[in-house]
Amino acid sequence: MTSQSPSQGGTTPRQRVEAAIIRLAGDSGDGIQLTGSRMSETSALAGNDVATLPDYPAEIRAPAGTLPGVSGFQLQFASKSVLTPGDQADALVAFNPAALRVNLSGLKQGGILIVNSDAFDANNLRKAGYDHSPLEGHELEGFRVYPVGITSITRQALEQTDLSLRAKDRCKNFFALGMLYWLYSRPLEPTLEWLRRKFASQPELAEANEKVLRAGYNYAETARIFQTVYEVAHAPLPAGLYRSLDGNEAIALALAAVAHQSGLQVFLGSYPITPASTVLHRAGRLKAHGVATFQAEDEIAAVGAALGASFAGALGVTSTSGPGLALKGEMLGLAVMMELPLLVICVQRGGPSTGLPTKTEQADLDIALHGRHGECPMPVLAAASPGDCFHMVFEAARLAIRHMTPVILLSDGYIANGAEPFRVPAPEDLPPIPVHFHTDPETFRGAYVRDAATGARPWVRPGTPGLEHRVGGLEKDAQGAVSYDPENHEQMVRARAAKIEGIESDIPPASLEEGEAEDDLLIVGWGSTWGAITQATRELRQQGLKVSSLHLRYLQPLPGGLGEILEQHSGRILLPELNRGQLREVLSARYGVTIEGLQKVQGQPFRVSEIKARARKMLEETR
Amino acid sequence: MSSDPVPTYKKKDFSSGLEVRWCPGCGDYSILNAVQTAFAAMGVPRENFVIVSGIGCSSRFPYYMDTYGIHGVHGRAPTLATGIKLARPELDVWVVTGDGDGLAIGGNHLIHAMRRNVGLKILMFNNRIYGLTKGQYSPTSEQGKVTASTPLGSIDPPFQPLSVALGAGATFVARTADRFGKHLQEMIRRAACHRGAAFIEVLQNCNIFNNGAWGQITGKQERIDNVVYLEQGQPLRFGEEGRRALILEECGQPRAVEWNDGGDPRLIVHDETRPEPSMAFLLSHLAPPEFPLPLGVLRDVPAPAFEDLHHEQIRRAEQSESNDLAELLAGPSTWTIE
Repeated sequence: MTSQSPSQGGTTPRQRVEAAIIRLAGDSGDGIQLTGSRMSETSALAGNDVATLPDYPAEIRAPAGTLPGVSGFQLQFASKSVLTPGDQADALVAFNPAALRVNLSGLKQGGILIVNSDAFDANNLRKAGYDHSPLEGHELEGFRVYPVGITSITRQALEQTDLSLRAKDRCKNFFALGMLYWLYSRPLEPTLEWLRRKFASQPELAEANEKVLRAGYNYAETARIFQTVYEVAHAPLPAGLYRSLDGNEAIALALAAVAHQSGLQVFLGSYPITPASTVLHRAGRLKAHGVATFQAEDEIAAVGAALGASFAGALGVTSTSGPGLALKGEMLGLAVMMELPLLVICVQRGGPSTGLPTKTEQADLDIALHGRHGECPMPVLAAASPGDCFHMVFEAARLAIRHMTPVILLSDGYIANGAEPFRVPAPEDLPPIPVHFHTDPETFRGAYVRDAATGARPWVRPGTPGLEHRVGGLEKDAQGAVSYDPENHEQMVRARAAKIEGIESDIPPASLEEGEAEDDLLIVGWGSTWGAITQATRELRQQGLKVSSLHLRYLQPLPGGLGEILEQHSGRILLPELNRGQLREVLSARYGVTIEGLQKVQGQPFRVSEIKARARKMLEETR
Repeated sequence: MSSDPVPTYKKKDFSSGLEVRWCPGCGDYSILNAVQTAFAAMGVPRENFVIVSGIGCSSRFPYYMDTYGIHGVHGRAPTLATGIKLARPELDVWVVTGDGDGLAIGGNHLIHAMRRNVGLKILMFNNRIYGLTKGQYSPTSEQGKVTASTPLGSIDPPFQPLSVALGAGATFVARTADRFGKHLQEMIRRAACHRGAAFIEVLQNCNIFNNGAWGQITGKQERIDNVVYLEQGQPLRFGEEGRRALILEECGQPRAVEWNDGGDPRLIVHDETRPEPSMAFLLSHLAPPEFPLPLGVLRDVPAPAFEDLHHEQIRRAEQSESNDLAELLAGPSTWTIE
């Protein structure tokens, strides 16, 4: 899918490509994440579809030059729809030998490899485990290698600048970015504008980074080191206003939208935990939009304060990751007993315990579905992509309020940090979130007298005269009095469960995402595997294979009609998950269907090729 | 919220009517009585009270009060209460906890509520035992306590709840006892008037598992030498007809001496408003047999309440920032696809 066009300036040929996959890698202090996000936003602004994968170590500044200290960022930008950051990269920028060693296997044969040759000294080579420089050996044969003295040229570019050597060296990521901008015909202006905003109070840094960015761009152009310049045209995205958005930012924005549409104060109680912390950071800037935040002393206090706020008539929200969800478990039991709206956002990471805190995984499904004491059901939802986080937070809040229940929304590190173009919704297009507070003592029959349609109990704000009442952990009867009556307990347990099961009628029924009901293979997914599964399904279908896909955003209750679809395909279902088969067990047990799992627990998202390979194998076996 | 004038309440207006299920003879009955009486006299609409508790005997309290209330999670009442107070600062939020609930499983939340100075009124019923779980030693039990879980005696030294509160930066700290109804009501009234966190330790008897826990304080004869009532601006006198007093020696050591008509320049004159907490801390550590136990307000100092600062930030943001949702959702850089 490439086409040649006459080169600008008549020297370097220009080639139009449909998609490009770039990987940046260096020390965790090299500004890799920042460089990657600039490249992503520039590409998005240029009209491409974009998907990103930040991949960084748990240490803030891991020992420089070492293999565990390598920070990576991969992005794919394309003139077509892209749903993943891509499998193998077309171009890799390695800022040191360790970055090269860790990432070389992720570069396509024949791919472009830009290395900072200044960093390939004896010390760094030793730390990366090389006994000789790979730049001088044979292992880089088969790649288009461009050794560039990025550090030394950056210093030269800043010779006239009154910055410390350390500060100058910190600009070197922008040299590489400049080279990439030339190589992929990207405009400089969005980054320059960003620099002016970012360093508004330190204009000397804005200026230095601009100099270095231009130096990289000009170096690539004048030194003519690349044989080809690439162009990636606009992607045919649906018309609308777009921005670049990562999953955690989407969550924060959705909280503001929820406050706006419900008229409720949104109260986020949270405790810092990777990879959820940025939800709290971003929501902390939304005070003018009806979102209040509270950094609590621990995870339990965070959810406790959120639940208290809900009792007081706000919408309580708490954000966390797996270990925090475990700590919140007891309070979630109380939330189920108190039957108040509460939103629990769990941005999953590699576990158990501290596990792989900066990496992605889908292994908190079991705890979200079942990880509480007693009969304690609550709705569980999962976002499929960074932009989908916005819509699913909105949906989770709607369900929590309408059905008077805590709701868990699962995201994960991959979509929390990954960015994509997001079609900005107009506030007037957002559905309203109706809220009803009971205020009339005449019609108040008890704290647990349920709405006939939803089974929800009335929500009463303290301060309402004549409706003073107590709720809490002890079992109650319908009137709200403590009850130890055995029959009443069973009835209340069943009523709480029925309320959650009844939500099935308030959510969309199951439907195929891609393909037809008669296809030979159905790929089922949930959460952030959506991009890789959808991409794999589309590519397989383009090759004429009869593969369909179905994606679950609602995991409790499961959508209506799911059982029928799964039964139709039993024995021909593939379920890729970033865990040891947690959803597979749930679906197999519930519907008695045979499902093959594709499981990966490496802290990394699926590659499209992994899903395609397993799907092909299954198709061959069933043929 | 009602804009009508606040009705005149009687004590029974604050009774939920639910059958009270504490053991007959429990100190909690007199505390309930004092709280209902004090609330009725406060001039606050009943619907504006929220009482939040954790788990334990003391934590059944909200069920017996005809106010809004939550019977929460063991040790976590301050977290629920903090959320309520931040969301609705106009509500009067009271926390009822015990020595196990507040100082063992919930110690972390208690100290942070006081550090932040959240406007919560915290009543800690201290009976120096776990009652609801049938008699295990608590963080305030004396060392060597023989209980169901410590047949050879407990080996860990106890907390002084008021020292913990002061160490955490509490701006209002008081001590009273279940048996002293009037004093208890007065402490509740004082706590209600304080802006920010108020902490009251209520010495409470558990006649089933730790009977006589505070007998040397509340007993008619014993209290004469074992209690010193703190009064603002007054020397710390105690004993028969106030014949004894507390002094502070030059090395900083407190000592009980004979009262000599106030002539001793080392007499400790109580000042609950001292901004610096070390004298209050010293008082919080005094206990029989060497010293009388101080009852009353140890500390009452003004400081910004957390909920006020929280809402001040919100107000400032509302005044200085746009609240346009469309603008927020679009962010600083967008592009349009036709």
